[in-house]
Amino acid sequence: MQLHDVWFVLIAVLFTGYFVLEGFDFGVGLLVRLLARDDKERRVLINTIGPVWDGNEVWVITAGGAMFAAFPEWYATLFSGFYLPLLLILVALIVRGVAFEYRGKRDGAAWRNRWDWAIFFGSLLPAVLWGVAFANIVRGVRLDASHEYMGTLADLLNPYALLGGLSTLALFATHGAIFTALKTTGDIRLRANRFAFTAGLVAAVLAVVFLAWTFGHRFTGWSLALGVVAALALVGGLLANRAGREGWAFAGTAAAIAFAVLALFANLYPDVLPSTIAEANSLTVSNASSTPYTLKIMTWVAVVFTPLVLLYQGWTYWVFRKRIGTHNIPG
Amino acid sequence: MDATELARWQFGITTVYHFLFVPITIGLSFVVAAFQTAWVRTGKEKWLRLTKFYGKLFLINFAMGVVTGIVQEFQFGMNWSTYSRFVGDIFGAPLAIEALLAFFLESTFLGLWIFGWDRLPKRIHLACIWIAAFGTLISAFFILAANSFMQNPVGFKLNPDKGRAELTDFTAVLFNKVNLVTFPHTVSGAFLTAGGLVAAVALWHLYRRPGVDTAEFKSALKVGGWTTLVAMAALLITGDTQGKIMTEVQPMKMAAAEALYETSTPAPFSIFTIGTLDGSRPVFQLDIPGVLSFLGTGSFDGTVQGINDLQLEYVSKYGEGSYTPIIPVTYWTFRLMIGFGLLAALIALWALWANRRGRYGKWLLRAGLILPLLPLAANSTGWIFTEMGRQPWIVFSQMLTANAASPSVTGGDVVTSLVVYTLLYGILAVVEVGLLIRFAKAGLPDVSPAEEGDEKLAFAY
Repeated sequence: MQLHDVWFVLIAVLFTGYFVLEGFDFGVGLLVRLLARDDKERRVLINTIGPVWDGNEVWVITAGGAMFAAFPEWYATLFSGFYLPLLLILVALIVRGVAFEYRGKRDGAAWRNRWDWAIFFGSLLPAVLWGVAFANIVRGVRLDASHEYMGTLADLLNPYALLGGLSTLALFATHGAIFTALKTTGDIRLRANRFAFTAGLVAAVLAVVFLAWTFGHRFTGWSLALGVVAALALVGGLLANRAGREGWAFAGTAAAIAFAVLALFANLYPDVLPSTIAEANSLTVSNASSTPYTLKIMTWVAVVFTPLVLLYQGWTYWVFRKRIGTHNIPG
Repeated sequence: MDATELARWQFGITTVYHFLFVPITIGLSFVVAAFQTAWVRTGKEKWLRLTKFYGKLFLINFAMGVVTGIVQEFQFGMNWSTYSRFVGDIFGAPLAIEALLAFFLESTFLGLWIFGWDRLPKRIHLACIWIAAFGTLISAFFILAANSFMQNPVGFKLNPDKGRAELTDFTAVLFNKVNLVTFPHTVSGAFLTAGGLVAAVALWHLYRRPGVDTAEFKSALKVGGWTTLVAMAALLITGDTQGKIMTEVQPMKMAAAEALYETSTPAPFSIFTIGTLDGSRPVFQLDIPGVLSFLGTGSFDGTVQGINDLQLEYVSKYGEGSYTPIIPVTYWTFRLMIGFGLLAALIALWALWANRRGRYGKWLLRAGLILPLLPLAANSTGWIFTEMGRQPWIVFSQMLTANAASPSVTGGDVVTSLVVYTLLYGILAVVEVGLLIRFAKAGLPDVSPAEEGDEKLAFAY
């Protein structure tokens, strides 16, 4: 195993962390409009992720930075090629982040209503578009010999990729609802529980069809195994949810998302972005990577600091472990 | 306009905008941490109220810095993919390390600080804001290391087979002499910005609402005013060193800062010029003899190379083409940066003097209203100078900006994103400034402790 293989795994881990963590706060963002009935309930929802959503988002910034550092060619091709979807993701993340911070800064139904929609669409768009993006990465895109993207926006919105987007949307909605059930008290907890089950069934169907389609296209033993584990974890999570075991349910959806993302990365390897024009044009872990010297430095930095990050982020979740309900909301 | 030019406008607009929030975040995190430390150490309610008051302004600003920052990281790949391929082996590492070391620290510990008032022991809660504040410094160091590579590429070799620059010495990149002086200069600018903001808000309250929380705002004005003054002193010292390093590694930028066409011994510094700055005789120019020589070389009769000689030298080194930045831009931004900064320091001095006497006049208030804007303007013009003065290079001596954009991205794509960002940023600016003014005017919050058995969160969105 060479260093560029290590970095392929690390990038996969960073995106896995991102989707597991921001996945539930995207889901909670959706529920602000879908499940909450009044301002207090909306505030309960937003406050369950209040202390952590920003830290969750840093996972994608780190993943992007790591991609730039470890696989500059991958980063350059992907970010310039997926231009408009990434623009939409950025706009959504901007609006959403500001909405969390500014929503409560003024009273007034109109003000809060506007920010609620910002939170909703700011969560919906990336939840769909990250799925679209990763489906296209796994399936491959039209790359020329100098690794430039030759396709159009319409090429990215193919049925397989759109199914990928709907799968991530349904998975994140389920994950967010289970998180809500785990972190709240009162009526909203019960409704979140019910919502999670319905959304979970939809997610299970979509994700299984999507993974089957993916494996029909190409598969490896590893990716197949990871995909099966993901499906089992999701089913387990939903059963636990049904049984009212919220902690286990959350572990289930978290594992389902994690193993699904890992399955996609395992399917991709050793490519990082296949070309559908000619195999020789594909970006791979070896032709897209940085020098061993850069990778060595990055590896040391990652080895020392990633555990530290996990430690203090984990501590944050411990500090804010208490459930909250409408009786905790001031005003 | 072609796609490259549009991408440059986009980089300029999004970066200047992002950097309105960054210096406030860096500087204000330390000021708020200092207020909270004073509260923890003395137990005086005054400091707690100032912590919460300025903390709120800090958070309104921080949110904007965070969300506009993601655009910065993505846009290298989106608009500048050829550049990213060329420098990724070197430039990506500081960005990734910045995220791993600094962004996680800032976001996590600020989350703990915001929501942790009633969940964490006092001292641990205090530690959270300090950790977040130091996170902002780590962030500044790594991103400025990346920028310094573009000004003065070091620690690399070219790989002709791969057509890219490859890292050979990471410590050389981190401790690039340009970074070693740019980092303290930029951080000092951040303190100037925060100091001006803290002082100006306090001044407004002292003048407009006499008798309300006077002791608190007098302290705030004192802290803000002195922060501004000390920061200005640091800016002058670091700026002076920067001038000398710039003369050494980017002599064209120094010549462009002065619109100095002919190599001169000694070279004067002009306070301002009426004229076209194209090398023809100016209509009027106010010169101080020898000062550019001093800025560039440390001696009042040192030689400073002129634009014409440097242009000839670069043509023979790098081939045909113009290696001269847009002179009116570099000339004026350089002066405005210094002027805005000095004016901010003067107003701070005036406000401190008034604070001692306890009398705040109408003219001081008027000056105070522009005080928070001056450092922002100085930061912006400073960066416009630094980046425009490097042109036509994206990486000095290694890659031209004209060759750096994304081949697969059309002019239409860039126009679309440019329009989207500009509109979105414009709307958010109105919202953000509206909230800042609202909370700045609202005055200090009540911090009397909650009643026994109250389950309400101390802080909630």
